[in-house]
Amino acid sequence: MVYDPTVLTPTNLEEVYELLAERGRRAKIVAGGTDLMVALNAKSLAAKEFINIWRLNELRGIDDEGETIRIGALTTYTQLIRSPLIQLGIPALVEASRTIGAIQIQNRGTIGGNIVNASPAGDSLPVLSAFDADVEIGSVRGVRRVSFNTFYTGYRQTVMEPDEILLAVRLRKLNQNERSFFFKVGTRRAQAISKIVMAVKAGMTGAEINSISIALGSVAPVVVRAYQTESLLTNAILNSAIIEQARSTVSREITPITDVRSTEHYRRTVTGNALARVLWRLT
Amino acid sequence: MTGAARYVDDIALEGMLFGKTVRSRIPRGRIKTINFDPDYDWSRVVVADFRDIPGENYVALIENDQPLLAETEIRHCEEPILLIAADSKHDAEIAARHINVEYEEAPPLLTIEEALSCGEIIYGSDNVFKSFLIARGDVDEGFRQADHIITGEYRVPHQEQLYIETQGMIAIPGKGSLTVMGSMQCPYYVHKAIKQLFNLSDEQAIVIQTATGGGFGGKEEYPSVIAAHAALLAHKAQRPVKMIYDRAEDIAATPKRHPGIIRHRTGVRSDGRLMASEIDIVFDGGAYATLSSVVLSRGAIHSPGPYGCDNVRVTARAVATNTPPNGAFRGFGAPQVTFAYEMQMEKIAAELGMDPLELRRVNMLREGDVTATGQRLNWSVGSEDVLNATVERSGYVEKRRTVSQYNNGPKRRGVGLSFFFHGAGFTGSGEAKMKAQAGVEITPEGRARVLTGSTEIGQGTRTIFCQIVAEELGVGYDDVEIEEPDTSRVPDSGPTVASRTCMIVGRVVQFAAREAKEKLLRFVAERFGEADAQLIDGWFMAGGKRLASFGETVREYVNMYGELRAFAHYANPPGVEWDDDTYTGDAYPVFSYGAEVAEVEVDMDTYEVTTLKITTAQDIGRAIHPVLAAGQIEGGTLQAVGYGLLEELVWERGRVVNNRLTNYIIPTSLDAPEMETIIVEKEYPHGPFGAKGVGELPMDGAAPAIAAAIFNATGAFMSDIPITPERLMAAIENMSAPQAIDNPDKQ
Amino acid sequence: MKIKFEINGVVREIDAPPMKRLLDVLREDLCLTGTKEGCGEGECGACSVIVDGEAVNSCLAPICQLQGANILTVEGLSRDGRLDPLQQAFLECGAAQCGICTPGMLISARSLLDVNPRPTRDEIRAAIAGNLCRCTGYIRIIDAIERTAETYGLRSHSPYADQP
Repeated sequence: MVYDPTVLTPTNLEEVYELLAERGRRAKIVAGGTDLMVALNAKSLAAKEFINIWRLNELRGIDDEGETIRIGALTTYTQLIRSPLIQLGIPALVEASRTIGAIQIQNRGTIGGNIVNASPAGDSLPVLSAFDADVEIGSVRGVRRVSFNTFYTGYRQTVMEPDEILLAVRLRKLNQNERSFFFKVGTRRAQAISKIVMAVKAGMTGAEINSISIALGSVAPVVVRAYQTESLLTNAILNSAIIEQARSTVSREITPITDVRSTEHYRRTVTGNALARVLWRLT
Repeated sequence: MTGAARYVDDIALEGMLFGKTVRSRIPRGRIKTINFDPDYDWSRVVVADFRDIPGENYVALIENDQPLLAETEIRHCEEPILLIAADSKHDAEIAARHINVEYEEAPPLLTIEEALSCGEIIYGSDNVFKSFLIARGDVDEGFRQADHIITGEYRVPHQEQLYIETQGMIAIPGKGSLTVMGSMQCPYYVHKAIKQLFNLSDEQAIVIQTATGGGFGGKEEYPSVIAAHAALLAHKAQRPVKMIYDRAEDIAATPKRHPGIIRHRTGVRSDGRLMASEIDIVFDGGAYATLSSVVLSRGAIHSPGPYGCDNVRVTARAVATNTPPNGAFRGFGAPQVTFAYEMQMEKIAAELGMDPLELRRVNMLREGDVTATGQRLNWSVGSEDVLNATVERSGYVEKRRTVSQYNNGPKRRGVGLSFFFHGAGFTGSGEAKMKAQAGVEITPEGRARVLTGSTEIGQGTRTIFCQIVAEELGVGYDDVEIEEPDTSRVPDSGPTVASRTCMIVGRVVQFAAREAKEKLLRFVAERFGEADAQLIDGWFMAGGKRLASFGETVREYVNMYGELRAFAHYANPPGVEWDDDTYTGDAYPVFSYGAEVAEVEVDMDTYEVTTLKITTAQDIGRAIHPVLAAGQIEGGTLQAVGYGLLEELVWERGRVVNNRLTNYIIPTSLDAPEMETIIVEKEYPHGPFGAKGVGELPMDGAAPAIAAAIFNATGAFMSDIPITPERLMAAIENMSAPQAIDNPDKQ
Repeated sequence: MKIKFEINGVVREIDAPPMKRLLDVLREDLCLTGTKEGCGEGECGACSVIVDGEAVNSCLAPICQLQGANILTVEGLSRDGRLDPLQQAFLECGAAQCGICTPGMLISARSLLDVNPRPTRDEIRAAIAGNLCRCTGYIRIIDAIERTAETYGLRSHSPYADQP
């Protein structure tokens, strides 16, 4: 008895939709493999059927849509890092991609994989959250768009149905008054799972914050927005007093845990410090 | 370089089966029943248990208390119970899933404190495997004469060797023989274990080392276990069996560096002079004695540090816990106690308001000084040389003066110093008892072949032995080769451990080469009637005249006598004496010395420590091969950086929970500092060409140097390692002065 | 499943279970044991190979995705018995001790130099950050890659030198 699962390799989206309609409940989708193959190697994956989507070029491409950029689900981190469109329009996503794993992982890991794998520590997810991205999901029943910030329903759970596949994610580019930041503290400087990971997008007029979004990973079962802190900072004048307030508000707003990698206290404190550091960069 | 080197997993043999170990899931208790699922076809696999062992069920080492396979008693998680051999790794794993072991659990002892409290007794009468006492002078009198008394308690964790090639063995049954080959440091340790377990003679048990992808001590004693497991399956199945651990099993089940608690109580005069030193060491040996007594011994002897103190008292104990037995890892007790004694020196300096460098100078051992065991340091004492070289090259003094200009922003810098030593060779009477053997054979083609049980594990054994022999014989380096490390072909040179391969075995190899040369010179003398012949550049010469070439002479010799082989064995240099009963005397024939300066940057928002640079000077007697020696220093230093900042095992009820590389963190290239290495050569007259040990010394200095630098940068004195950001943050928060940081980006 | 690909310049066809790891196909089906397994989870990089011009962890690549791929392993670096300049530099600089990480390091280095012929030391460190070494402290590996870049500049043996 050799472990020999069935692998189907559809060549276009229609085929994928049909396969998923038929066997979406039991079959796993294989993209770059950087999460799935780890589980398979560790024998923590029981699946016997796989749908290999690596050939689906329909899921590739970084498209300039004017005010938004549409990123195909199979776009790798290396492709994001090298894309002038992303470098200019969503710089925080380039920064995030650079911190994921190392070169070998970046060459095969995909943004779609990061999204559906639904790890609370997924490094690209705070960027997508801070940019209020939306995701495109397809099935035999058609294509629908879901706001990224409503995509997760619980720890490693998404709104996706078993017969659906992630097609793309769409983000608004930064406008000229906006800046984005990415901050990660990992267990070491490369090949590191984050202990805290943060993305901030802010629009300023002079010293006044017109809008700000602060998204955090690794401090909750899903990626979260620090809405209270955002609300404190929106329309505020950025100065050292408000920065100190923001530091303590965000620390109190989150509910991190102690696990094998870090402690609750560390996560709370350093999240506050990280936000303060980012806010100082805005001044 | 080309991928051609054959590590054990690269070898495939006809009819080979794959082995897997079924291990205990509980830390302590008894096996109630073992259930084999009747729905599984057990004829597809071979299963072995302790009853299949022809000899006695123990792994020969020191105390012989460790069973090869558990019988009914379980003493640690991952203790091996059954072995399965199947046609493929996958099949073996499926079969293992069809075995269910039921246990009756007992309350385990999981920490040093629990072992010492003796709530349960799991070994002897008090859970102590071994204890030592080292006493010199009168500590009570010393404390009376002291102006200050400073105490400290230091804690060091388990550390995983993390050789990139996991443990692996292949066993091949023969007619009346058994061959095992695989990843190992000590073929003769495996040989000894296999002989006993399978009732084999010296010749019937054959052990061969394959290319080994890192050892660091992790493949010193453990290979006997995996080799015997593979051999038992091979013996039962009568087919070759390969056993390769995956990383998770390797981290969970094999020996680690002994964790410890080390307490210092030091009496000093106001001028910094050490008057009394009381040290208590407790190491966690895990469930079986294995090598704990030797690790403890080295730890105890090194614990006062390279400092002179007339009144010393060291009490040391290795205790039993219900965790996998701990064992050899580069440094072998010294890195643990070095962290403690160097941090204690930092503490003393701080309390006295004294420059830490000055404190070292006041107390350091110099030539002619006497150690805590009463050893007079008669030769090769490079202590001052390394300290001066490191301080000068690193710019320590200037940097300490100016570092404060960095210390009012979000990133603080610090500079720290450590000073350390490492005894080369086995402790005490170890080498005298071992009488390591090595030989040199000269083939009819005029090539020299080195015969030694010492192994190449990346440190350059093969290279330096060829160099030594080439130099001694006056032949080209390319004319020397090393015999395969196969116990049927090479003598027992002792294990490849303890920084002894160059200094001890290299010396024996040198003597063997010399003896081979002497044989040839005597032969030439007889043949040509020239009593004063010399061997120079491949020619036997007398009075400036060439008599015969090396090659010719060898051919004639072998024609006449059949073979040309010479052996030598190790004997301590004259005057080296050790008393096992009083634990006094010359603990090692010689010490190597090191000093290290670490420069760090601490991010005060995230408490991450970046090691910017390490400068270290290390006195190794003589660098037979400077590039290889520097490589040892650089590699060992980075392992020590990991020890100080990143690495620890996380346990839950006696099981390791971070037994994968995502969560057991070793330094990547982005975590590694730039390093500047200075080799100091204070020749050891009894080492080959002056060389003494280098392998382990580099493991001792980085952790305390980094901790000292962190102390300098932040004022936080860290007495436990690893200094993770979480621990550093907690320490800084607990300090009295709050950190006032204005605009962090003004810097 | 029948898979056809080019490996070290030679077209090969094998029949293997589709989810079999590229690492195992290399080591077992093709007897190319130069590529090593160190962790099975994409952390150590000992299994690195170049696929279609990019360094990847072969322990994470299922063979069904490599139909028509162009693969380079450590065995493909030397040509006609002559060492690649990188391999030569590794030898000269003492960049290999136990050697187990070396194939992966060479692959990552080759991949770097193919796109960035004159990397800084920091860029070299980042390029090999997915290759763990326990023996050397990385210093001499970085030296060797730097030396190769300096000595050989734009010249490269690799067929990927022109790839974007």
